[in-house]
Amino acid sequence: MNAVLEANGLGKRYGRRWALSECTLAIPPGQVVGLVGPNGAGKSTLLQLAVGLLAPTAGTIRVLGDRPAASPEHLGRVGFVAQDTPVYESLSVADHLRVGAWLNPGWDRDLAQRRIDQLGLDPAQRAGKLSGGQRAQLALTLAIAKRPEFLILDEPVASLDPLARRQFLQGLMETVAEHGVSVVLSSHLVADIERVCDYLVVLVASRVQIAGPIDDLLASHFRLTGPRRDLNTLPASQEIIESSQTDRQSTLLVRTDGPIVDPAWTVEQLDLEDLVLAYMGRAAAGERARPRIVEVH
Amino acid sequence: MIRLTWLQFRVQALIAVVAMAITALVLAVTGARLAHLYSTSVATCTVQGDCDTATNAFRLHDQFLQNMLGPLLLVVPGLIGIFWGAPLIAREVQAGTFRLAWTQSVSRRRWLAVKLGSLGLASAIVAGLLSLIVTWWFSPLDRVNANRFSPGVFDERGIVIIGYAVFAFVLGVTAGVLLRRTLPAMAMSLALFVGVRLAVTYLIRPHLVSPAHTSVPVTSATGLGFGSSGSSGVVTFIAKTPRIPNAWVISSQIVEKSGHLASTAVLHQFLMTACPDIANQQAGANQGTFGACVAKVSANYHLVLAYQPANRYWTFQWYETAIFVFLAFALAGLCFWWVSNRLT
Amino acid sequence: MIEFHLDSRSGVSPYLQIVQQVRHALRLGLLREGDQLPTVKAVVASLAINPNTVLKAYKELEHSGLVAARPGVGTFVTKTLSDTTLAAHGPLRQELQRWLDRARRAGLDDESIEALFRDCVRSNAWEDVA
Repeated sequence: MNAVLEANGLGKRYGRRWALSECTLAIPPGQVVGLVGPNGAGKSTLLQLAVGLLAPTAGTIRVLGDRPAASPEHLGRVGFVAQDTPVYESLSVADHLRVGAWLNPGWDRDLAQRRIDQLGLDPAQRAGKLSGGQRAQLALTLAIAKRPEFLILDEPVASLDPLARRQFLQGLMETVAEHGVSVVLSSHLVADIERVCDYLVVLVASRVQIAGPIDDLLASHFRLTGPRRDLNTLPASQEIIESSQTDRQSTLLVRTDGPIVDPAWTVEQLDLEDLVLAYMGRAAAGERARPRIVEVH
Repeated sequence: MIRLTWLQFRVQALIAVVAMAITALVLAVTGARLAHLYSTSVATCTVQGDCDTATNAFRLHDQFLQNMLGPLLLVVPGLIGIFWGAPLIAREVQAGTFRLAWTQSVSRRRWLAVKLGSLGLASAIVAGLLSLIVTWWFSPLDRVNANRFSPGVFDERGIVIIGYAVFAFVLGVTAGVLLRRTLPAMAMSLALFVGVRLAVTYLIRPHLVSPAHTSVPVTSATGLGFGSSGSSGVVTFIAKTPRIPNAWVISSQIVEKSGHLASTAVLHQFLMTACPDIANQQAGANQGTFGACVAKVSANYHLVLAYQPANRYWTFQWYETAIFVFLAFALAGLCFWWVSNRLT
Repeated sequence: MIEFHLDSRSGVSPYLQIVQQVRHALRLGLLREGDQLPTVKAVVASLAINPNTVLKAYKELEHSGLVAARPGVGTFVTKTLSDTTLAAHGPLRQELQRWLDRARRAGLDDESIEALFRDCVRSNAWEDVA
């Protein structure tokens, strides 16, 4: 199986700060991947590394089996929508479609025109005058119409109102249903991810916390509630992600592949938001626990 | 890619075309008139015998245009650098549209190559056409003034302007690539352009070809006189640099018959013996004593000129154009490397 | 053609909601044998959910023998749920009315009736399994 995105120890440093570190991922094709994490976690950095807008400081990344932006032909197989959906403000919507056709041999004119008509965009309108939602849709059209195998979207709906957001995701899902593109989409709204994605990557503080198909993740994480006990007595196969104890009660969030046989626990399924929050919380706690390195001269 | 470049450049191209058209129209009309005036008044003046008045009268025509066109040609390359060069990449980086441009099916190198190449060519054409028409307009005046090789005029005629424009354009693009913000790039490119132009004009141009030397009598000087010069305050002989038609006189020095340079002290000594009235600044000095003294100086001293002869004019034009074009290509190389490897 | 809706707060996973809505429509006769289910593309374009979710739901319905996928054409209903049960609804409803009258005369309030009913449904289901 050829991974659509493969990263090995990938890292990117700006000056002294590592925006992304030790990122290892293997994303299978045909998925809609949600990349979740707080602002500044490194999501945008990872996505820009994947399209060749940034060069790695450490490690490697391969997209569709090759270096990102390895050739014009490779660039044609990956569609990208950057954060804030940049468009050429002084050019019209129709101009943008023309530019897309000129710069991409794989351009599908009919698809582009159909989408613009469906969206009700005025072809003569200058892109600078479009609303945020319309700009996002235009940017998505430009990415889709070149018929890529892989779509990478950097927080495309972050600054959109709920209706525009819904419409964007509808258009995106329709494309996935029709053309079977693989998608990686970053967001900090878990609700959107839950609707639309079937694979999750949680990125916090420049590191990957957890990655995998959402169904598998939800099937292997549980909330255990029961009488207070020593956490060391738990079987090794159960990894504790989050725990909280009162004098009488223990509440744990565990990850396990096997069944939970201990009758003392009340076992509950989690929803995606609980799972993401647990990993984000663990990462934050890990940051605080790690000693800060103070430079001594 | 070329069509995209055109789409993004339309407005600037339109402004340039309109400005060029207006300029061309004005110059065509006035230039034809000037040429006609020349052929009827100055060219025929030897027949009539009164050349000086005709020439002077001719020089006064279209003073306004004469004063405007020179500076115009000086300024146009700078404008190209600021308005065509600096925003080219800086604007895309500032607006984030490079994230759109560099994820299309075009390599970054091709993107930059087409933009630099096509707009660089456009700069050369604009500069070339402008220079052509201005040089044509000035040709009767240049024939009369015979000063086309001197700094100031040399920069405003011929093909050097093409070199300046191409260089200014690529310099602007480079500033945009390095600074990534349009306004600072505009400022930096203008400042550097002026700096490089001054450096080439005063430090490099005089040495492109070793100057020739010639001796001329002291009376060829454009201004003769006696006065105190320098810190010593003693009266000495002053001769302003003579003019050689269409040549570039770089320096002129007063030299003794033996060939040695005549210093201020030596000249003062000579004056003390030859023209004591003038040397001591007596009130009785008049036209007669002045003329007699000059004759005495002229008998013992002459001027040695370092100059570039008129027949080297085009050599210098080509050399200087080549220097700027070479610099432009070097900067273009820097841009390519930076955009491919360092920009993000 | 039926339309699906999604209740993101119901706690029921999206694919199950689709399955339930198809079964509900079959039960009420809104979907009959031979009717086409909405295409994956249409569902996804209106609900903004992952196509795999819809595929999973349709696959489960196919597994239950209720629908069949015809490649290149669509997914079609092969069996309704209403036939076998609608006919029995009438007499069962009457029996239930009589039972309810007796329960009320015995003094049970609505909550007790519902509790008793649910308990019986559950123990009845267990007995079926056993």
